[in-house]
Amino acid sequence: MPTEILMPALSPTMEEGTIAKWLVKKGDSVLPGDILAEIETDKATIEFESIEEGIVGEILVPEGSQGIKINEIIAILLAPDESKVPERTKKKIEHKHVIESKPLIAKGKPEASVEIKELTQPETKTITVREALRDAMAEEMRANPNIFLMGEEVAEYQGAYKISQGLLEEFSAKRVIDTPITEHGFAGIGVGAAFGGLNPIIEFMTFNFAMQAIDQIVNSAAKTLYMSGGQMGCSIVFRGPNGAASRVGAQHSQDYSAWYSSVPGLKVVSPFSSDDAKGLLKSAIRDPNPVIFLENEILYGESFEVPIDNNFIVPIGKARIRRSGNDVTIVSFGIGLKFALEAAELLSESGIDSEVIDLRTLRPMDTDTIIQSVMKTNRCVTVEEGFPVCSIGNYISSVIMQEAFDYLDAPVINCTGKDVPMPYAANLEKLALLTTAEVITAVEEVMYR
Amino acid sequence: MPKKKMPIAKLQKYYKDMLLIRRFEEKAGQLYGMGLIGGFCHLYIGQEAVVVGLEAAAIKGDKRITSYRDHGHMLACGMEAKGVMAELAGRGDGYSKGKGGSMHMFSKEKNFFGGHGIVGAQVPIGAGLAFSDKYKGTKSVTFTYFGDGAANQGQVYETYNMAMLWKLPVIFIIENNQYAMGTSVDRSTKSHSLWERGLAYGIKGEEVDGMDVLKVKDAGDRATAHCRKGNGPYILEIKTYRYRGHSMSDPARYRTREEVQKVRSERDPIENLRDILLTEKHLSEQEIKKIDVEIKDIVNDAAEFAKASPEPSVNELFTDIYLEV
Repeated sequence: MPTEILMPALSPTMEEGTIAKWLVKKGDSVLPGDILAEIETDKATIEFESIEEGIVGEILVPEGSQGIKINEIIAILLAPDESKVPERTKKKIEHKHVIESKPLIAKGKPEASVEIKELTQPETKTITVREALRDAMAEEMRANPNIFLMGEEVAEYQGAYKISQGLLEEFSAKRVIDTPITEHGFAGIGVGAAFGGLNPIIEFMTFNFAMQAIDQIVNSAAKTLYMSGGQMGCSIVFRGPNGAASRVGAQHSQDYSAWYSSVPGLKVVSPFSSDDAKGLLKSAIRDPNPVIFLENEILYGESFEVPIDNNFIVPIGKARIRRSGNDVTIVSFGIGLKFALEAAELLSESGIDSEVIDLRTLRPMDTDTIIQSVMKTNRCVTVEEGFPVCSIGNYISSVIMQEAFDYLDAPVINCTGKDVPMPYAANLEKLALLTTAEVITAVEEVMYR
Repeated sequence: MPKKKMPIAKLQKYYKDMLLIRRFEEKAGQLYGMGLIGGFCHLYIGQEAVVVGLEAAAIKGDKRITSYRDHGHMLACGMEAKGVMAELAGRGDGYSKGKGGSMHMFSKEKNFFGGHGIVGAQVPIGAGLAFSDKYKGTKSVTFTYFGDGAANQGQVYETYNMAMLWKLPVIFIIENNQYAMGTSVDRSTKSHSLWERGLAYGIKGEEVDGMDVLKVKDAGDRATAHCRKGNGPYILEIKTYRYRGHSMSDPARYRTREEVQKVRSERDPIENLRDILLTEKHLSEQEIKKIDVEIKDIVNDAAEFAKASPEPSVNELFTDIYLEV
């Protein structure tokens, strides 16, 4: 019996991947544990082993093929005593995703990855949030030799989530620095380096691990300017993925937006799209203050248009109206926008015209934009992934009550994650997370529908 | 005392610097009692030789950072007694405009990076300052001070590991005054040689008699030479003693009056240096007296300055939270 070799799932958030390289060819004998291929996931390039003994009967997806969905058949392994792939097996195979072979993401030279078809729109290119973040760091590092990147697996591993891919090659080990697993320590070293006049970018593999370092972030980075009567600036960026990924349980799935946003002395940024990720990260790196830059693992692989101009930046502290509307204001940030925008789209079909505000920066928050919108729509729903108690939405509700109470036609509703540690079981996790349906229900409620 | 000849001007300077710290701290204690200084106030009395000896080993460009027991470090690196005292009193002319207080003072000009209130937090920051010097290619070193209490914090060892891994020019100075607040070293660890813990990370170090300013200076010279040669960090465990309580509100019931008295009478760093200056006839009784008066005047002036300085303007409440972009 021939064995179908399927595209493997190699990370919790992987939905599809690229066959970077085949290490076997048709007719090769393989033993269990032999490497068949290198597969590029949303996070890394991983070697994929055979678990069976046999002969490679057919390679169905050539190397360089991108967007191969999990569980798609990529090769056929014949039993050691078989000689060719039976016809009926061949017929079963239909793969639609094989496209022109293309080199992997260019290392350190993001401009090189611009595709020819996009030259018809010279002002923007489509890139992932992941590439946008890397490009932002690379461009700023080229411009300022005092900027360095430090964190776990940022250099030789090319980033646990591939954000720093190619940076080591371009900027050397002096400026792209792998640390031991020691968040408290390297956060403090980063703060000291900033006091010493450098501009560190400190990557946390995820913000869950930054809990080990939160004393250095809050007590040392955020407060020293004040405690020194304005003498000691701390130009530092703490960045990494924040919030829930997928099926990683309670200790790896928490949104820290509200935590950091409550601290004077910190700036807090949480972008949704590639252009904002790039423009805001560049602003964060240039900012003379400590900036918490909250990314999202699920968004890393999403693509958006980004201006090609290297001088493109997005100022910290300005919200963005993602969709204009007159009936209700939906305020969100980061991954919350996914639900907010989807809800707005579906609501428009039932005649509800939503205005969607992307805060982009949580501290300092652009509450003016919210208030102006609420004065127009008279209704507001906030959307975030974090816990409901002392949430960003709670703060927004309070600001609206104080500044636009007379304009409200309904109480503000906060859509949040549920008030539970994130469960592991798929069904429970789904219930704990925010959904588009909940946003729709909330909007209908403030519309009294 | 080490045998080698020390120029008289230097001995005199060490004496003056130590005496300034002693008298300043006594005055601070007095002002605290009068309600002019609030909150926590940790006095350095008894430990003066540590910071004066190490400052004698420092050169221009070197940086220093310490814990909340920081008044002595500031005076020793050349910060003005007036500005420090005004800060203790929470006045607008203080080094932090009155917004930092006893535990949180800084001077960019003197390369003094605080004054940190969280036990042990200054240790990675000190290594980070050293990182910045290595990155820029200077020959400067960072003196990173912490106590025997902080020596049990995890981040100290995280920092040892990275400092040695990256060969950072940082001197870790454990000011072992034998009491972490009220807990003696005996009651907090079974590994009594604190500097030896660095050996596990490959960091060299030594124990130093912290009641003898010249021995401290010699150790400082060895440590700075080691760091400036690019060998990475060095640890000095300096055995010292604090005469006063942990802070002003500490009744110090964890040790006997006799224990304190014995150290004061037998090992006091200032008295010992004064004896040397007199017996070796470097200075006359009269000259010593003149120095005492001079120091007393500086401290009294500082106290008067602090009292006369206005509280910070209410407009300062919302300044210095962010730097302008």
